[in-house]
Amino acid sequence: MRWIWIDRITELHSGQSAKAIKCLSLAEDHFAQHFPGYPVMPACFILEGLAQTGGILVGEASDFKEKVVLAKVNRAIFHREMFPGEVLHYETKISNLRPEGASVEAQVTVENQVTVEAEIFFAFLDQSRSKEFFTEENFVFTGEFRHLLQRLARSKKD
Amino acid sequence: MPTQEEIYSKVASTLVEALNVDEEDIQPSSTLQGDLGAESIDFLDIVFRLEREFGIKIPRGELFPESIFQGDPEFVKDGKVTEKGLAELRQRLPFADLTSFEKDPSLSKLSDLFTVEMITRYIEGKLKS
Repeated sequence: MRWIWIDRITELHSGQSAKAIKCLSLAEDHFAQHFPGYPVMPACFILEGLAQTGGILVGEASDFKEKVVLAKVNRAIFHREMFPGEVLHYETKISNLRPEGASVEAQVTVENQVTVEAEIFFAFLDQSRSKEFFTEENFVFTGEFRHLLQRLARSKKD
Repeated sequence: MPTQEEIYSKVASTLVEALNVDEEDIQPSSTLQGDLGAESIDFLDIVFRLEREFGIKIPRGELFPESIFQGDPEFVKDGKVTEKGLAELRQRLPFADLTSFEKDPSLSKLSDLFTVEMITRYIEGKLKS
């Protein structure tokens, strides 16, 4: 399974906000189990999608030099379940950005109705310490996330 | 300028939100890590919230220093903070109450300095300046 829970970034305002969409398809494996006969998008995957949208926003603000990791979900309110066939619109705004980390306000809308509200907190892995454990390569922002941004750039040119 | 009680009350409600604890669990002497279960990642969250709540700027490492004793090997000996280390602590954390720590300056007890009262005093100092 590819661990990418957004289909497309639709807007990115550097250091401020980002939007993405996620189209839910019954072909996604997890719907078979969650739940048999009653497919519902797992809340944790929705949060992951919001975190990926916010993480790209926060990462881009430092030109992807920081290793941005999801540290904490301060608040997450789910107003209703979301189902295959629906398009989830993820919106994230930076509320705080510092050299050590960042927090974003996030929400999901489906057909203009707010279905999720959340506050997500990101930490930057300390530059010196992370080298002890990881390589210098930024393992957070690998090819797939970059491709998402390239697609956004291409769509703007069209 | 808010009173000390008002500052304490706001600090307590900030910690309730950041650490998901009950307000009645919070006492002035509660330690953030030992009593309230704060983890390292929570400290930055607390800083964000305090800045927002009080409209102040908290420079990196001022309230929660990341590595006080890395600067000099003479700061710690046999797991205890030395006189030189204590002097460094007094300078770096002027808002912390070192009275009981000075009696048993074990490095493992360092985290007990970070109490609700300590944050309140720090904020009070910030608002005055």
